[in-house]
Amino acid sequence: ETRTTFNRGPQRSFECMWRDMGNAVASIAWAVLLLPPITAVFVIISRFSLLHPIQAVSECLSFLTSASAIFSFILLCGVIIMVGFLNLEYYTVIPTIACSKIALLGQLLHPRQFVNSLGHCIMGIIVAWCCAITVGGRYETIADPCAQGDGSPQMCLNEYHLILLLAGAFVGFSHSLLGVIYNMNYVSFHTVQQYKYLRFKGSLSLVLKCSATQALYSVRNYIVVYFFLGKWSLSVHPLDSIAGLLDLSLLYHLWISASFLLFTWHLTLLLFRVFVTEVYSFPVQSSFTEDAHQCLPTVLTDKQPMILKFLALLDLALLSQHSPSRRSEVFSLSQPGGHPHNWNAISKECLSLLADLTQRLIAYHDTVATNGRAKSLSTGSERKTSSESSGMFPRPTLLMKTPASVFARSIVGCPQSPLTAPFTPDLDSPFASPALRRLTAPMDQCSPWFGTVQSPHIMRRVPKLWSTSTGEKSQALFADSQAHIWALEGLSYLVQSSFSEDQFGVVQTALPSILSCMLGLQEAVDRHFKLPHASSKPVRSASSMGDSTHKTLRFALRATLKTSIYRITTTFGNHLNAVKMSAEHRKRLQQFLEYKE
Amino acid sequence: MCSLALFPPPLPSGQTTLCESNNELLSGTTTEDRLKLESSPLSLFFPRESLKLHCRTESSSKAAFLDHSETLWMRSAAAWRDGGFTGLLDEITNSNTEVPKWLSVSSGCTLALLRWFSSFHGSLFPHLTMSSEDMLAEFSQVLNWSDCVVRAFAWHPHTDKFAVALLDDSIKIYNPKSATTPTLKHRLQRSVAAVQWKPLCATALAVACQNCLLVWHVDPCSLSTRPSSGCAQVLSHPGHSPITSIAWSPSGSLLVSASPMDTAMMVWDVASESGVPLQRVGGGGVTFLSWSPDGSHVLASTPSALFRVWETRMWTCERWPCVKGRCQSGCWSPDGSRLLFTVQGETVIYALTFTDTPAGVPTCTSKGSQAAAVVADLSETTFNTPDGDIIVGGEIQSLAWDPTGERLAVLLKGDPQAADRPAIIAVFKTRTNPIFELLPCGFVQGEPGTEPRLMQFHPNFQHGALLTVCWSSGRITHMPFYFLSAGVPHFGLSGSPSLPRPQERPADFAKQSLFTELMS
Repeated sequence: ETRTTFNRGPQRSFECMWRDMGNAVASIAWAVLLLPPITAVFVIISRFSLLHPIQAVSECLSFLTSASAIFSFILLCGVIIMVGFLNLEYYTVIPTIACSKIALLGQLLHPRQFVNSLGHCIMGIIVAWCCAITVGGRYETIADPCAQGDGSPQMCLNEYHLILLLAGAFVGFSHSLLGVIYNMNYVSFHTVQQYKYLRFKGSLSLVLKCSATQALYSVRNYIVVYFFLGKWSLSVHPLDSIAGLLDLSLLYHLWISASFLLFTWHLTLLLFRVFVTEVYSFPVQSSFTEDAHQCLPTVLTDKQPMILKFLALLDLALLSQHSPSRRSEVFSLSQPGGHPHNWNAISKECLSLLADLTQRLIAYHDTVATNGRAKSLSTGSERKTSSESSGMFPRPTLLMKTPASVFARSIVGCPQSPLTAPFTPDLDSPFASPALRRLTAPMDQCSPWFGTVQSPHIMRRVPKLWSTSTGEKSQALFADSQAHIWALEGLSYLVQSSFSEDQFGVVQTALPSILSCMLGLQEAVDRHFKLPHASSKPVRSASSMGDSTHKTLRFALRATLKTSIYRITTTFGNHLNAVKMSAEHRKRLQQFLEYKE
Repeated sequence: MCSLALFPPPLPSGQTTLCESNNELLSGTTTEDRLKLESSPLSLFFPRESLKLHCRTESSSKAAFLDHSETLWMRSAAAWRDGGFTGLLDEITNSNTEVPKWLSVSSGCTLALLRWFSSFHGSLFPHLTMSSEDMLAEFSQVLNWSDCVVRAFAWHPHTDKFAVALLDDSIKIYNPKSATTPTLKHRLQRSVAAVQWKPLCATALAVACQNCLLVWHVDPCSLSTRPSSGCAQVLSHPGHSPITSIAWSPSGSLLVSASPMDTAMMVWDVASESGVPLQRVGGGGVTFLSWSPDGSHVLASTPSALFRVWETRMWTCERWPCVKGRCQSGCWSPDGSRLLFTVQGETVIYALTFTDTPAGVPTCTSKGSQAAAVVADLSETTFNTPDGDIIVGGEIQSLAWDPTGERLAVLLKGDPQAADRPAIIAVFKTRTNPIFELLPCGFVQGEPGTEPRLMQFHPNFQHGALLTVCWSSGRITHMPFYFLSAGVPHFGLSGSPSLPRPQERPADFAKQSLFTELMS
């Protein structure tokens, strides 16, 4: 009996890319389709006047059919397409968590981020120009005719136009920066599955609120910046005075334009997220060998692209819960040969994911234990030890496998760019932040980053900028835990249904390893949550487009892990006493059997 | 088809129902009963006098203080905090001596406009004008909730422990295997409408409160009798209060909550404290939720004559308009294929059948029956007893179906004013496999002068079914129904082909059948 080894060459990656692209293109197409109504609403809001409603409406209608309107609309479409492709290029399913302020600064100053910011600036200017055309009136042109002192007509700078364009650039730039700070490129998966339209509709009001609020803050900041820096000698109406800037109509138009800009971009982002996280049903097995590389067991075991692995795990979690016929395919034996290849591949991959997390947690805990405990005893003699501790600080020994992120992917080309250079000279120093090190580490070492855990002394002495917060370290450890959550769910549901559905007993053979893996992880997670700050809840930021799901992944993982073990123990009950396992695991399992965990 | 006429008559005064054995309900006198009650560790008694009640609510103490020495700004901020936008407008309108005339006049006009609009809205959905306490009492599954000593009760789904929410807003957890009885108190734990333990978990208890949802984590091994409020997670969403009903998914992963003030039903991922509102227009709110034991459907009733049945894979819903009133209560058969529900203003029990879609195909709705069938008519029936005529029947407060699917308990409202129309629990024998059947079993009665308020079946009683009843006196009793179960229910194995099992059918079982599917 032979198993075909599949060619995982260019064909695979091409297909994956195609699927990714297909979804992204569909989301961009929808964003472009939604642009006309949004623009029409914007035109009406920006031009409407209470005193002459009918005149305003007729003006709007005549503007909408004018050539300049159509030209600016085409520009807007171009911007939306560009934003969509930037979303596709920068998105990640595993968030990049900056463990310290300096690491965040490193992210912000990264050349890749610089390109992103520049792109958003330029697109901001383009959208603002379209807004200027739309609003019309005094904003329409960059130059105004003005009379010089000698009476000769001359063109002067129209500052109203300029202020709008610069506002666009500012809002675009700040949008790009906030994107990094709030992890806007992170795409999270929802626990509640919904159809695309319903998910979109459900989030629409939130997007509108976010855009309006963010626009308000951006405009406020912009006005302050403009007040100090906006000195244009050529202007007719200088606006850099308090009176000039406190023009209500100007502020209103700035806010409306910024809201319009942010709303269209956020909408594109929302559509992208909805499309890219859509559940995809992979076949469990195929009768044709050439399709085998698209089957669930094969896709699961692949490392790249991450999104496909995540979708496969999500599909596994759903099929194990809802679909008896697909479960029976998982439990089936190969023809000929009679080997449970599907189950073996799936369970092996899930177990290796969980074992990987267990190792990561144990290694982290060991580092904390060796570094932290010795120091914490000497809290009283802080002054004396602090002076020499910096040099003697133990070298970080922990090798942590980081979830490969899209952000890190980009660094291959430019490991030592001039922009990051000021922050990278001393990678071996204990102060160097892990994230920074990751940014500069070459990718071919499978991107290890060295977790340093600062002792409380060091944290107090060095500026806050450098310090690593334990809560964020904990977040970083669990950054890719969505995969573990699905692996746990998938395994536990499959084991549960195997009780009545597994005709050949294929699951039984793996039961000891599944149980010991889960119990081992349970022990590691329990120990991790006993660390300071690990169980402290993060602050929620409700009104931002950024996704804060990653901040609570460790809690979700802990809950899912317990539920999964209980799912197995309630199904099998005392039959589990016949399963071979170590005494320590047996003790833990007994706690579960007695409902004492 | 009057179902109650076939029931054995209610017990004479002084007798209480003890248990079911050999197919008949056994009763005893009160003194015997009391001895039995006191010997059983799980039978509890909370005399009303023993509870320390809140003398007044937070808002009522406001009038006792004169706070007009504060500046207008402070008062406005306080009004904004306490009463929101309308509170702020009210404050500005009332302090017309301090603010410019145009401001007080315009805020007065806005306020009038808002009130007119809300009264218009309120005429569409009358429940929106109620206070939140009244709303909880109106939509609760508990009979006469505001007067109840025991306001909510929940058995743990896997072990023999239960939680009891009392009138003084505390929750006590009783476990026969443990000497400690933890008492849960929290600043936000007010007007508890429902409690439920998380399935596949030993610690988590969800509590529906007036302003939020609390999820307590009570370590069963801990010796502490007063877990700190740090053990509770607070889940809240703007506009989503008061919460009248909650339901955990049988897989323990999600929690849904309902508020009559919110048209959206919240689906919570409790571990990450994030909620997804599932918004549907129409109905004006959500009052009662019930998750089917196989996890595939959720019943969500609204204050209007409309209820929804959600399927939980893609969260789409079916609308079921009722003719007369709102859906008051509902319960699922153990395999999740059949839903029994009652409608306010009607005295019948309806049934809906859901058949699973072909497995693996993610379709949006489950194809079921097109109309609900009447399975039982509980209209008023007069029984002649030695103590005089007793009228039993009428509107139904709540339904409970035991986990084996063989006993159905129906709590009848009765009439608190009339002595001969008591609130009473009628128990039916049911059978879901191979066809749905309903047979009379008997009435469950307590001590004289007490009425049943709340009932729940034990989730895994070994010898049949165990019905726990909370009485108006503050007593909690457990009533066993001993029988041999025809089959073990299969939880969580949705859609798996069930093997035909031999039916152990007593000879006289089918004699007095009230309803079988063959009839309809």
